[in-house]
Amino acid sequence: MTPLAESLAVSRRFGPLLAVDAVDLRVGPGEVVGLLGANGAGKTTLIRLLLGLLPPSAGSVRLFGEAPSRATRRRIGYVPQGLGLYEDLTPRENLAFAQAAFGGEAGELPGDLGAVADVPVGRLPLGIQRRVAFALALAHRPDLLVLDEPTSGVDPLARARLWEQIRTAAEAGAGALVTTHHMEEAEECDRLVVMADGRVVAEGTLPEIVGDARVVVVETPGWAHAFERLEAAGLQAALVGRTLRVLGVGPREVRGALGDLEARLSEAPATLEERFLELTLGRAAA
Amino acid sequence: MTFGVRGLTVRFGPQVALEDVTLEVPPGRVTAVVGGDGAGKTTLLRVLAGALAPTAGEVRRPGPERIGHLPASSGTYPDLTVRENLAFVAAAYGVPATAARERADELLSRTGLAGALDRLAGELSGGMRRKLGVVCAMLHRPELLVLDEPTTGIDPVSRADLWWLIARAAAEGAAVVLSTSYLDEAERAAWVLALDAGRTLAEGTAEDIVAAVPGAVCRAAERPSGDLARYAWRRGATWRVWLPEGVAPPAGPALELLRPDLADAVTVAALARELAHAGGDRR
Repeated sequence: MTPLAESLAVSRRFGPLLAVDAVDLRVGPGEVVGLLGANGAGKTTLIRLLLGLLPPSAGSVRLFGEAPSRATRRRIGYVPQGLGLYEDLTPRENLAFAQAAFGGEAGELPGDLGAVADVPVGRLPLGIQRRVAFALALAHRPDLLVLDEPTSGVDPLARARLWEQIRTAAEAGAGALVTTHHMEEAEECDRLVVMADGRVVAEGTLPEIVGDARVVVVETPGWAHAFERLEAAGLQAALVGRTLRVLGVGPREVRGALGDLEARLSEAPATLEERFLELTLGRAAA
Repeated sequence: MTFGVRGLTVRFGPQVALEDVTLEVPPGRVTAVVGGDGAGKTTLLRVLAGALAPTAGEVRRPGPERIGHLPASSGTYPDLTVRENLAFVAAAYGVPATAARERADELLSRTGLAGALDRLAGELSGGMRRKLGVVCAMLHRPELLVLDEPTTGIDPVSRADLWWLIARAAAEGAAVVLSTSYLDEAERAAWVLALDAGRTLAEGTAEDIVAAVPGAVCRAAERPSGDLARYAWRRGATWRVWLPEGVAPPAGPALELLRPDLADAVTVAALARELAHAGGDRR
């Protein structure tokens, strides 16, 4: 099956900076792919390359099996982080504008947004604005969705409903590429691609990426003392509830740093966020 | 002395931003206020920080000079350098210059900002600016540290630094209260208050909130049909289904019982409230 979006060893240089370094990425029909990376990892540049907004310095990009063009743009639904709506226009006018600008199928706003279709977007609550942005991106039944932190700032029930829309589109054959900083969003994806310093450093399902990475969990009546001692020993202790989680070292080193402090140590599987930090910071330290 | 609000109500004209909210914010603890846009998080934090007067209810907080407040959308002066921002905050709170510099140096170097002292705050990346905002808010060792969405839109590396600052402030004994829209982040706090449309949806430690889920939460490969569809929501490639107490699991496609996490628990609470309202409308 032809991938919806594909990059083959694509690179992009800005002067001396290699922002994207030989990246292979593909998004297939029905697939929700999450793109993770710290600031400066190259995510935005890669998306711009994939959308044809930026020419590659090396390698190539295919959208729906062809070179990116105005015609391929019509088959994409895009929700930027700032939602990309014109605040002085109503949802109906925003939709008409998007259709006039990109051509494409005439779409409609979903029925439940009918009540606000003629209210300027700037006067609508943020939660409704987000649903308008989704409706706009989905109205022309795009084959590929590109979403930037699509559900940041949304309560869990509303978030589940936005993801239901993404999943419904995917089940109908669309692909989705989601960039996010939030692991809760990453967990919604079928497959994850982790970037650092312009390169793909990990790729796969969430369990594949986390693998057997582990942290040391410190349980102690006085976490603040433990925090200070670990800090003094140069270990990275993260506070979670009233426990501390230490990344990148074993229980023996943690015990050494704690000295005579009363504490129960155990090992636990790392979270995606902890694994991500290990992948990213490990690279920086290397 | 513990800080907090009791029976707090805030109205803006006819609009009720918060209704009868109670929250303890004790020293040395990280307390998270979680909810979506419009839930009332910022209003609650502004009342705690002394930036907004309540319509009704009791507020306990230290004097303004013992509070550190990072507002949702600012917290630093874009036209000042990092060094000038810190000097300004130190002067405003009467921190002696040497003590302020020593503390700032330590906090900045631990969070990757040491090299940015002479850069304008407005030219920093979002993550660096947010870290500077938290350093400014805690520079004078406040007794109460109020952080409004310190990590929203911030990349995971900067977020780890921000959480180090948060833990550091709590370790020094500050009462820390922060807001977030992410449940996995709230789970890191020792106490969680979930708000929905200005009212308390759930409160306690993350474990308390999960343990208080009425009934059971299951995973299903497909959306259940019939009446049960109302109790289902999307989570990744599968569905979650809430079986309220007394609702029997249906025959047909298997529901796999699971241990809910905080996101499941808060979703159930929101769903229960929504269904109760819908039921009330019908009557």
